[in-house]
Amino acid sequence: MKLQQLSVFLENAPGQLQLPIDALAKAGINIVTLSLADTEQFGILRLIVEDPQKAQAVLEKVGCVVKVTDVLAIEVADQPGGLSHILNVVGKAGLNIEYMYAFTEKRSGKGLLVFRFSDSDAAIAALQTAN
Amino acid sequence: MNRHPISAPDFMQQAALRDTQLSRLRQMVGRAYDNVTLFRQRMDARSLKPADIRSLADVRKLPFTVKADLRDTYPFGLFASPMKDIVRLHASSGTTGKPIVVAYTKDDIRVWTETMMRSFAACGLHEGDIIQNAYGYGLFTGGLGAHYGAESLGATVIPISGGNTERQLMVMKDFGVTAICCTPSYFLHLIDQSQQMGIDMKKLPLRAGIFGAEPWTEGMRERIEAESSLKAYDIYGLSEIIGPGVGIECEHQCGLHIFEDYFLVEIIDPQTLEPVPDGQEGELVLTTLSKHAMPMIRYRTRDITALYPEPCHCGRTIRRIRRIGRRSDDMFIIRGVNVFPSQIEAALLRVEGTLPHYVIVLTREQDLDQVEVQVEVTPDFFSDEVRVLEELQKKLVHSIESITGIRVAVRLVAPKTIQRSEGKAKRLLDKRKM
Repeated sequence: MKLQQLSVFLENAPGQLQLPIDALAKAGINIVTLSLADTEQFGILRLIVEDPQKAQAVLEKVGCVVKVTDVLAIEVADQPGGLSHILNVVGKAGLNIEYMYAFTEKRSGKGLLVFRFSDSDAAIAALQTAN
Repeated sequence: MNRHPISAPDFMQQAALRDTQLSRLRQMVGRAYDNVTLFRQRMDARSLKPADIRSLADVRKLPFTVKADLRDTYPFGLFASPMKDIVRLHASSGTTGKPIVVAYTKDDIRVWTETMMRSFAACGLHEGDIIQNAYGYGLFTGGLGAHYGAESLGATVIPISGGNTERQLMVMKDFGVTAICCTPSYFLHLIDQSQQMGIDMKKLPLRAGIFGAEPWTEGMRERIEAESSLKAYDIYGLSEIIGPGVGIECEHQCGLHIFEDYFLVEIIDPQTLEPVPDGQEGELVLTTLSKHAMPMIRYRTRDITALYPEPCHCGRTIRRIRRIGRRSDDMFIIRGVNVFPSQIEAALLRVEGTLPHYVIVLTREQDLDQVEVQVEVTPDFFSDEVRVLEELQKKLVHSIESITGIRVAVRLVAPKTIQRSEGKAKRLLDKRKM
């Protein structure tokens, strides 16, 4: 399933994460999951939220630089070999993973893997063929 | 101190010095008028002929020349000699990415060599000295200018050029170097590194450092002289006039003697452009008196200084200017290279298409000048991928290096974090403590 992910630029300094997170809290937007990529100088906060459009507006209003990207959320059974199977398909199709992170969806209890492929449509096609 | 024979013109009688200046000025103005379109047009616009220059004070009738004139006539538009008579070209960075080109005839090289010899002699150097020339060799005038002067003086030159600190220190110690030419900040760096290499700079035979190509202070001199065996001398020059060797400190280190037989000094108020009284601060304006390939008339150096009319204890009759502490424009000098904020701007524009908010932060770490360009991230070039942002940083570093010739650090910062100012944006934050 395609999801809209919000990315926010952060400087790598104390207190930087506070601003976007506070803004979302005040606007009553729930964060489903997040991941942080960091380098020596800067970081990128990646967010999956319940209402991406509203969240984008809220974040931009407080001065954040926001980018919306399509990511692919793939459901896997929470058992050994779940991720291995997907990586096998992805590798055979020659798809490059830019980054990925995982979370557990609380209602179903299933694991969700969030992938950022350079070409998400090609990834969807490859995964559908494999299944 | 024994007077070196080459220094004789430094001690010329005042009347003879002024006569020499006037006769050279008149010849030079004639050559400039006859051979350089820009100078002729500007003089014609004032109904001024070379014959109207009858006294040294008449120089004030002549129009000023500014750095933009060199840029506008790039590359060869201000040359007064045909290429067959020009034996050397040098270049330094300009305001828009195009360098400023300067030219020398054989006679110009002879004069330059002479003023550099007189510079070294004023610092007490002579045959038998071993001079490590750590100014960069190449288009920059520092390396070759110092080289020719030192060699003609009869000293032993080590043409080591800039960089490679460990090798510099090894050579300095093993070759028994007695004098070094480099930027003062680089020498401080050498001092720091020497401790790590177990070299005691106070025990070396070094006795003179000829430091220039960037502004420096008495505080730096005190530190250099306390932590090494040498006396630190300030040398002044600029490519547009000749290169290093326009002026030098003598053993009394109280201002820089200008080689007035070759360079005519004026100090003006940079706002009104009127001359200021002796001793008062203003912008240094220089006129070349002997240059053939590229004469320069009333060149506004942008360097702020003052002219000391009173004689120096050394007995030189050529007058002194105060050490240059600051400039009247926003150009900054980093590791001996002239950089304008507008060059950084052009480099950013080239990569991003639109101009982001940015600020140039100058710091001095371990006595070496550092430049960091902070660039605010905009939605246009922000990405969710670290790789893309890191590539952007690299592109910016490369673009700035290709335009200015210096390698800087680029830091991406969050939007609205760079202070906005009313009116002209403050693009330069100089945090160097000097």
